[in-house]
Parts: sequence; C-alpha cells; structure tokens
Amino acid sequence: MNEYLQEIRALTMRWVRRLSREKFSMLFTLVQPMLFWLIFFGNLFQRAADPQVTQAPNYISFLAAGVVVMTVLNNGLAGGVDLLFDKENGFLERLMSTPINRTSVVLSRFLFVTTITCLQVLVILGVAWFFGVEAVTGLPGIAVILLISMLFGVGLTAISMALAFSVKSHGDFFSVLGFLSLPMIFLSSALVPLQAMPAWMSMLAKFNPMTWAIDAVRSLILSGWAEALPKVGMVVMIMLVFDAICLYGSARAFRRAMG
Amino acid sequence: MSRAVAIETIKLRKTYGTLAAVDDLTFQVYAGEVFGLLGPNGAGKSTTLRILITLLRPTSGQAIVLGHDVARDADLVRRLIGYVPQERAIDRFLTGREHLLLLADLYHLPKDEAQRRIPELLKLVDLEARADQPAKTYSGGMKRKLDIACGLLPNPKVLFLDEPTLGLDVQSRLRIWDYVRQLKARGITIVMTTNYLDEADQLCDRLAILDGGRIRAMGSPAELKAGLGGDIVSLTIGAEDAGRIEALATALRVLPMVRAVTAKPSGLDIRVESSEKALPAVLEAANRTSCRLELVDYHRPRLDDVFVAHTGHAIRSEFPETEE
Ligand SMILES: Nc1ncnc2c1ncn2[C@@H]1O[C@H](COP(=O)(O)OP(=O)(O)OP(=O)(O)O)[C@@H](O)[C@H]1O
Ligand SMILES: [Mg+2]
Repeated sequence: MNEYLQEIRALTMRWVRRLSREKFSMLFTLVQPMLFWLIFFGNLFQRAADPQVTQAPNYISFLAAGVVVMTVLNNGLAGGVDLLFDKENGFLERLMSTPINRTSVVLSRFLFVTTITCLQVLVILGVAWFFGVEAVTGLPGIAVILLISMLFGVGLTAISMALAFSVKSHGDFFSVLGFLSLPMIFLSSALVPLQAMPAWMSMLAKFNPMTWAIDAVRSLILSGWAEALPKVGMVVMIMLVFDAICLYGSARAFRRAMG
Repeated sequence: MSRAVAIETIKLRKTYGTLAAVDDLTFQVYAGEVFGLLGPNGAGKSTTLRILITLLRPTSGQAIVLGHDVARDADLVRRLIGYVPQERAIDRFLTGREHLLLLADLYHLPKDEAQRRIPELLKLVDLEARADQPAKTYSGGMKRKLDIACGLLPNPKVLFLDEPTLGLDVQSRLRIWDYVRQLKARGITIVMTTNYLDEADQLCDRLAILDGGRIRAMGSPAELKAGLGGDIVSLTIGAEDAGRIEALATALRVLPMVRAVTAKPSGLDIRVESSEKALPAVLEAANRTSCRLELVDYHRPRLDDVFVAHTGHAIRSEFPETEE
C-alpha cells in the first residue's frame, strides 16, 4: 500500500512538473479559452438572448453552467493526450517495465486531470461571480458542482485514454476528438435551452450526458435546492452508469495495449 | 562444468496476425555473461527483449528470468531487472535528475539509497554537469547515457539493453562498450541486441544470430567463426561485368574445393577449404567467364561471414548507413 502511494505520488508530480515547465500551455490551461466564452459570449449575446427563453436573469448567468461543463468536456477529452505521447516515444514502456502496480500510471492521470478541472471550474465560477452571477445554493452548491464535474470528467478522461491506447497515430486521436466534442456541445443545453431547440435536436440532446450535467449545474446556480436536488440525483445516477461504461472500455483498451 | 543459468527460453513464439515476429526461440543465458541478440531490422530482437522484460506476453512457449516465469511472476521479474529501451524513452520536460528521482520512486527505493545512487549514476555516465537541465537540451548521445543510467538505477541483477549504441558517434559507442564491460565486471548479467557486427564481436561472450524471428546460430564469436572453418575469398568485380557475376557464381559452385558462394552487389564471397588451394581455380573460372576482377581478398572467417553463412544474406546492404 505504501509502495502504491509512493508510485502514484511520483507519477502525479511528474504531470505537475511538466505543466509548470510548459509555460505557454500553463497559461492556456489556467486562463482557459472557455473563460473567453463566458466573458465575450456572455456579454455579447446579452441583447440577442431572450430571458423568456433562457429562463435566466441574463445570458451570462445562463451560460455559466454550460461553460463549466464545457471545460470539463475539453479537459476530459484531452486528458489522454500526454499518455498518447508517452506511448509513442516509449516512455510508457519504460514506466511499465518498472515494478509498479499496473493501474498507477492511469490513476495518476485521473488525479491530475480531475484536480486541474476542479481548479478551472472554480476560476470560471469566480469570474462569473465577478460579473454578478452568484450561485444561489452557495458554497454547498459549489461543492456539488465540483462533484458533478469530477464524475463527468472521469468518464471523459477514460474515453480519451482508451482512445490514446487504441489509435495507430496521433492524427487519428485528434480527429476522433474533434468529431466527438463539437456535437457533444451543440447537442446539449450548453448554449441554448432544450425548449428552444427543434424537436429532433432536443430529442438527441436528451441522450447526451452533458445535457443532464448542465441542467443540474444550472439549477444549482440559478434556481436553488428545491429544483436542483432531483436533477442532481438524476445526473449522479446517469454519470455513474456513464463512468462505468467508459472505465470498462478503457480498461479493455489498456489491457489490449499493454499485453 | 555447468554454469548457473540466468535466463532460459523454451520454444518462445510471438505472432502478430499471421506474422511470427519470433518463432521457436530456445536459448539460455548464463549468469554473469554478456549475451547478444544479433540480427538485421525486423529480426525479432526487440520483440524477444520485450517478452523477457514482461511487457509482451508470448503467444506460446516459456521464458524464465532468474527462476521466475515472465508471464506468471511478472512483478517479481520486474523487481530484478533493468531495461534500456531502443527508442530514447525520455521526457523532454524533466531534467536528468528528475528522471532518476521518478524512477527511484517507481522502483520503491528508500530515500537514502536514492540519494546515494543518483549522484553516483550521473557520475558514471558523465552527466553531472547537465543533470539539472531539461532533457530537451541534451544531445542524442547524452539522452542515451541518461537512458542507461535509468536502466541501472534499480541495481539490477540482469540488464537488458536494446541497441545501446544505435546512432551514436564512435567515442560514445566506445564509452558505452566500456560501461558494459564495467557492469559485467560487477557481476551483472547483460542481454543486449545489436545489428552491428563489430559490437557483437567485441562485447558479447555469446550470441544468437536472429533472422526472420528464428535463431540461425548460437555460440561465442570465436566458436561461430571456427565453426565455419576454411577461408573466405572475396572478389570485387568491375561494374561493367556485373551482368556476368551470376555465370561466374555458377561456374564456381561446381568446383570441389568451393563450399558456398554468396553474391553481393559488387562481387562474390566464396567459402573454401583453403584459400591457397582454391585461388588458382577461382581465378581461372573468372578468366573463363571473362569477369574482370578489381580486387581479390582472402581472410579467415569473420562474424559477417558467419552471418551470411547462416542466413544466406548480409546483415545490411553495402550502402552507406543512414541515420534514423
Ligand atoms: N506491435 C506490432 N504489431 C505488428 N507487428 C509488429 C509489432 N511489433 C513488431 N512487429 C513486427 O515483428 C517483427 C520483429 O520486430 P522487432 O521490433 O522485434 O525487430 P527488431 O529485430 O528489434 O528490429 P530493429 O533492428 O529494427 O529494431 C517485425 O517484422 C515487426 O514489423
Ligand atoms: Mg528493435
């Protein structure tokens, strides 16, 4: 057990160290492009978006939940990239030739990605607060938002790692990611509420776990516990199933790749 | 005298689809020796090594390292071995020292042991001065040295080196040969792959010649050369007569003193009982088929002749080496 902790700590610190070395990427990680979404689109569409449709006092308070979950999506789906590079340059092989628990490398990645995601979510909520969006459920609500982010992030990171272990080249990796992420965003309630979508679209959006996450986060920010609790219960259940499926798939891909 | 066996493989086989990357490998490595796997690109050297270090499961057959089955007791085996992969397995953003610190934790070394060994290893591979700079600032040879330090960190009983000198300059190659000899003197068993004949000849106590996934010959370099017997007569034939090389080979093959003839792009290698007795007949045959000889050379068998004799082709083309 001690050895397991030693490995995971060392491997997680490696990701932290790398991030601190890559100054440019650190800037982009912490001042996430998603922030610009919030600031620019939030203010830009202020006039265009109809509060009757968004059911929110202003567009930025509507958008905040979407931006939170989009951040989780982006981070999660990109979570496997570094493992992909490790696999391609042989570093992964070096790590796996040491007497570590087979799960340590993957686990360190989950830890790292989840931590970064939570920090970013906090930054986004902070910026939203600066623009006058205050979560009506207060700090406990924010804790629940972080929980939902973690649950969604784990499944997404698992998808990304599964992809990293299975693809032949990293071109494939990025094209599959691009293919996944845009429809995930547009077929969700990130930018527009379901009621404002054409029927077929809102149908599809209902099958998107992201929609459920956004609706729960949004009611935690805008509506209060009475409306939020059932949604939170629902999304936790959906996320547990989603995570189970993703983790199963990624464990299989890992075992196939690592022999 | 029977020697302690460090590694044993029995009918080892690994297939990718229909391709047998290694097939029917049975060999033993004795404790304390330098054992070489010599073969051209794609021969199956890295595949064999990956099975021995537990990263690949054999399709069939068995491999035992220091008494432990690599498939069943993978974790035990990993605690006893060090590995230097063929590709430079380096994280560009970490410094040399950070690589070693990371691996010290992965090998679960106690703190004080890590503190003692890491400077020692950096000194051994001559990287002390650059130890705290990120690896992306290292030259290829320095990365290779860091690779080797990483492989030595766990103080392994058996060290696996995959093409340790590929792409290095002459000095660095000689340095690494020196390290290998030092390690051997410390009692470490070393298994290395190479496609350099001189490296195999100079460094390995015993070697297996691998081609197309199979072992074609095995023994010490001296045994392998002696096993061939006789002499090698090498003919270099003028480019304008290249079309007649085949005819000359046919004429030579029927001579009683000729054992084997191998064509090269620029001429022929002829294995004979004794060069003194064979030379007149060889020259006469060249005359008869009107091949103009640019150079005639004869020598005792070398490792490249052994390779050709067992595989039917040269280990690499005679074109200048291209660096990867
Ligand atoms: N993952 C893989 N999938 C399919 N084929 C593979 C795989 N790995 C190796 N091979 C094939 O197995 C054969 C042996 O490969 P291996 O890497 O062991 O060769 P090698 O002797 O190390 O060559 P080199 O000198 O180029 O390093 C090659 O034909 C190679 O194409
Ligand atoms: Mg190889």
